Amino acid sequence: MRHSGATRSGSNLVLTGPTGARPGAVGFLTDTTLCIGCKACEVACKAWNGLPADDFGLTGFSYDNTKDLGAATWRHVAFIERFDGGDGRRPTDLQPFQSDWLMLSDVCKHCVEAGCLQACPTGAIVRTEFDTVVIQQDVCNGCGYCLPACPFGVPALSATDHKAHKCTLCYDRLKDGLEPACAKSCPTDSIQFGLVGELLARARGRVETLQGRGVAGAYIYGDRTVGGGGGIEGLNAFFILTAPPEVYNLPARPELPQRKTMPSYLTTIGTAVALGVAAFFSLRERGGA
Amino acid sequence: MGLTGRLKNYVGLVPNPISKRTREIHARTRGATATVSVCPYCAVGCSQLVYTKDERIIAIEGNYESPINGGTLCPKGAATLGLVNSPDRITTVKYRAPGGARWEEKPLDWAIERIARLVKETRDAAFEETDAEGLPVNRTLAIGHLGGATLDNEENYLIKKLFTAGLGIVAVENQARI
Amino acid sequence: MPGLGARLGRGGATTFQQDLANSDCIVIMGANMAENHPVSFRFVMKAKERGATVIHIDPRFTRTSALADLHVPLRAGSDLVFLGALVNHVVNSARWHTDPFFKEYVVHYTNAATIIDPAFRDTEELAGLFSGYNAGRGAYSTETWQYAGSGTDPGAAQQPEQDVQSREGGAATGRPEEARTDPTLQDPHCVFQIVRRHFARYTPEMVERACGVPRDRFLRVAEALVNNSGRDRTAVFAYAVAWTQHTTGTQIIGCCAILQLLLGNIGRPGGGILALRGHATIQGSTDIPTLYNLLPGYIPMPTATPQHRSLDAFLGAERLETGIWHELPKYLISLLKAYYGDSARPENGFAYDLLPKIADDYSFQRMLLLMKDGAMKGLFCMGQNPAVGGQNAVLGRQALANLDWLVVRDVHEIETAAFWHDAPEVRGGAVRPAAIKTEVFFLPAALTAEKDGSYTNTQRLVQWHDKAVGPPGAARSEADFVCRLGQRLKELYRGDDSPRGRQIAALTWDYPTGGPRGEIDLDAVVREINGYTVADGRPVPDADALRDDGSTACGCWIYSGIAPQEGTNLARNRRGDEGAALGWGFAWPANRRILYNRASADPAGRPWSERKAWIWWDAAEGRWAGHDVPDFPATKPPGYRPPPDARGLAAHPGDAPFVRMADGKGALFSGPSLKDGPLPTHYEPWETPVGNVLYPEQARSPVAPTFERPDNPYHAVGDPRFPYVITTYRLTEHHTAGGMSRWVPWLAELQPEGFVEISPELAREHGVDNGDRVVLSTLRGEIETRALVTARLRPLTIDGRTVHQIGLPWHFGFGGLARGAIANDLSPLVEDPNSRIHQAKAFTCNLRKKG
Repeated sequence: MRHSGATRSGSNLVLTGPTGARPGAVGFLTDTTLCIGCKACEVACKAWNGLPADDFGLTGFSYDNTKDLGAATWRHVAFIERFDGGDGRRPTDLQPFQSDWLMLSDVCKHCVEAGCLQACPTGAIVRTEFDTVVIQQDVCNGCGYCLPACPFGVPALSATDHKAHKCTLCYDRLKDGLEPACAKSCPTDSIQFGLVGELLARARGRVETLQGRGVAGAYIYGDRTVGGGGGIEGLNAFFILTAPPEVYNLPARPELPQRKTMPSYLTTIGTAVALGVAAFFSLRERGGA
Repeated sequence: MGLTGRLKNYVGLVPNPISKRTREIHARTRGATATVSVCPYCAVGCSQLVYTKDERIIAIEGNYESPINGGTLCPKGAATLGLVNSPDRITTVKYRAPGGARWEEKPLDWAIERIARLVKETRDAAFEETDAEGLPVNRTLAIGHLGGATLDNEENYLIKKLFTAGLGIVAVENQARI
Repeated sequence: MPGLGARLGRGGATTFQQDLANSDCIVIMGANMAENHPVSFRFVMKAKERGATVIHIDPRFTRTSALADLHVPLRAGSDLVFLGALVNHVVNSARWHTDPFFKEYVVHYTNAATIIDPAFRDTEELAGLFSGYNAGRGAYSTETWQYAGSGTDPGAAQQPEQDVQSREGGAATGRPEEARTDPTLQDPHCVFQIVRRHFARYTPEMVERACGVPRDRFLRVAEALVNNSGRDRTAVFAYAVAWTQHTTGTQIIGCCAILQLLLGNIGRPGGGILALRGHATIQGSTDIPTLYNLLPGYIPMPTATPQHRSLDAFLGAERLETGIWHELPKYLISLLKAYYGDSARPENGFAYDLLPKIADDYSFQRMLLLMKDGAMKGLFCMGQNPAVGGQNAVLGRQALANLDWLVVRDVHEIETAAFWHDAPEVRGGAVRPAAIKTEVFFLPAALTAEKDGSYTNTQRLVQWHDKAVGPPGAARSEADFVCRLGQRLKELYRGDDSPRGRQIAALTWDYPTGGPRGEIDLDAVVREINGYTVADGRPVPDADALRDDGSTACGCWIYSGIAPQEGTNLARNRRGDEGAALGWGFAWPANRRILYNRASADPAGRPWSERKAWIWWDAAEGRWAGHDVPDFPATKPPGYRPPPDARGLAAHPGDAPFVRMADGKGALFSGPSLKDGPLPTHYEPWETPVGNVLYPEQARSPVAPTFERPDNPYHAVGDPRFPYVITTYRLTEHHTAGGMSRWVPWLAELQPEGFVEISPELAREHGVDNGDRVVLSTLRGEIETRALVTARLRPLTIDGRTVHQIGLPWHFGFGGLARGAIANDLSPLVEDPNSRIHQAKAFTCNLRKKG
């Protein structure tokens, strides 16, 4: 299924392009070669979505005091220092665009096949008309099933409201025709918002340009080949990277956990069905009484 | 594909219901008033749009029209809403008496009156009309001013005018040297 | 400010941020642009997309370096050796001598050909001193720093014993036609040859010894610059306070101006020098200054000297025969009319006597000492946090504690307001609050979105911000506060006929007020700044309409034209475009975006090349045309030659782009306007672990103002107790002394705590692991903070020995959400003689692991 053709069995949706994104799908291209690590995206996201500051503390890990995506952190700029250090010899001739100090603004990938959505037993997680994946806060009951179901570890439970949270790709803004807050704020257009198809075409051109200018290691993370395989069918929020995915703490071969854990997945469904049936009878009895 | 794949698609993708709240959600800036402003932090001069509803600031974003920032902002600029609505922002006049152990709250008019009298008292006690050579100098060294690089040009104009030209305060300085 | 002003005429960026995208080579030095000006950096990225080379020269590998093509680490405080070596490389390069562009630009547009007084002696001849040094006074007499035969009194422009900065652009005085020139640039006394000799020992080898930069890497920078300058290509420099904050800061910036003049890059698209400033209107607060030594529009504050004893004397001393400064009487008299209204009359010298006269240095650092020593008893602090941001902050807090009264206006309880109960010395018990007699007022301030007003950004662009809502609670704007204070003081002095009573009584202060809070109408202030006709109060169209007879009033002549008619405020112009964006805001002067843009055309008025066309002479129309407002008399033809009796701008020929300079030329040799010499010379930072490899007998600036006393001690050159170079800086996530960022949760969480950056090598020497607590010490103080061990910092080999550099962000303090030790508890009070800006970018310290 990973490299299957234009249609997917079990669904009548027509796939467009090699990420499997649906027509009209919108997403992010996060081009790390343009990122200056300013964290405007982190703040703009929090300011728009009303997310509180959380997890105060100096980590000592470069300039990354955010550490990870979380319930109140939907953009996270990772900083990776890659000097050989030690022997006192450090590079001064740099590859054009970001080098030696890598910065990447991580975000929910809005997977074409989203593990979180598939695992959600309450129907709280939905795929929107923009092909983005959104947790409906009024439906979520905080069961946390979506957490292990995400191969990227994106959704997180809030210690405040005990519900699952993650990037909504600014669903409220999209409905008003506004671009997401992070992409809007990004000073160097490292974060670009648009139709996935267009972004992907742009990304391919960009990778070609980068390779032509000496950044041999530039590639796209999030198509079916890299980052979007394993049943995910591509990422609607994808990246241009210049180092192996693990360097950025991204999985090299992410997979939908459902592919591996179908028995338990089925158990979940079975349990849900059983509970539903039980509830049905219980309510019926009460109603009858 | 088989049964598991089919189930997966059905359970996950297709019928999850869109809640009423989700259906009705929209940008909170819809219907808000947008006022053109400038970022208060560094000197790049990013244009901001300040969105207000009912005399309250609800969002501050970059202004697409600006030839400088084209809608973008840095983290500080993006945090301007947090500055305006800062939880620790002080909105009352505070006064600490000489040698005092704590702040007291005071009315604004009281403070201005008290400050004006202190200015007069200090100035009157240390106003130099002429210097040792008899040249007119009309100045006082006993009062100083700091700040200005974060204020408005018009405010700087008024400060220099009142303090230096009107009161003879020569030690008027700002962050240009900091 | 004077770094650019003394060489080019105006203390402002010569270009605008968007124009970086047109550059072929961008050198960022003395700045960390991606971190401190992230939005400006988008234009660097645009240039890069178009193929420009980006070079970052900086002690640390920063977020700017990560996006550069070349990072050149150098020792903090050695910039002038590097820049001097670039000058030396350029004037000896084959390309410079074979491509006729360079000589054509330099001979016509700079003072390279001008003959200097043969009595002038260079630092190369006097072991690091220029002629005229008076060791007793620690100052120069500048008689020999003049154009030969100019016959003017060099003391007229500047009194060396006075701590008064001359008007910018006050280069060599005298009429240009009186100066002798050698257009072949061969005369040994011509500026070009003097410059060439001056920098002859600034070699790649010297760069390697002093800066720790291998010579091949230096040469790559030099070649990139030379190859990206010329008719068809331009290179730009972007700098910030890492150039300014040195005892030689003015000269470092000036050296860049010399370099860019020699490369023909000033006044041209994609070229120039972009000063990156750090506060919303730090440019504006210099143009319309809250500075002790300036009046609005860079008119010098009058001094208590015979030369300034009357209006006529002042104008006689400060007015230049040629160039724009010939019009000084119009600007100053219009200012006096704006200040004193009807009290300023021709028969009383327009109330010039009422203006206070300065006799000394009252700049920021000196103020701290005046407070500490008890001469200054009251202080207003409006949007500044000296308890954290001022050098030797330990002394600074003692100074605050010695005041009778202190008024702080801010939005948070910043350290300057809280020092009496929250400073480390109070919390530690060393100082009791009861022992601090200062009466402290905290008045809550309005923020930008809560008031009308304008900022002037880093490219001289004045932009208006509209009020969105009123300020909360008792918060008010500074305009409102100052307006009320002035009204009340005028009342308190009513009927007082003493000079001090007359001074305040004469001040015009009848601004209209309105709205629910009775706030001042700022349009009235804008009108006053723009200028108006006294008789009818109507705005003047521009500075050309100002008069010296008292019929016009104008608060700041360089902003004149910003509100040219009733109801128009060009700072509110909001029509942007991809080019010069002349419809967006108002750039002083006269909405020009690239300064000195006459130099974008050749002497005959044609663009140097199609690719770099900006303005040009339209012979058919008989005026200058192009993409910008010409920074030149609009109808003066390129071939214009001044008649012998011409004055003002009419005395400049048609190929003199630097309209504020007396001779209209860029000053490679700056004459007497700078206190530390007409040419940039490398001196070591006041505190340095190494000697001066260029001038071993003159390690440090001979004229840097120092304040050596028990509460501000210095480390000797090479003091073994303080072996490390330390440099302080900002982070993207915070702003200056933190008052607008450390209390904001979204910013505080990004950089939640102070830290010091050290290299793995230095960490190993002290057994320090990443995250360990360390103690930094100087003779001023000690601070404890956490170590961020990173290979982005690196030791350098300086003159054969290893020198470690330590990096310390200076935002932090004891208040707010993000806290940390105060970096400035370590730094000394010592400064640049011209700008009086402190040296924070290079001093020395020791480090130990916290036991």
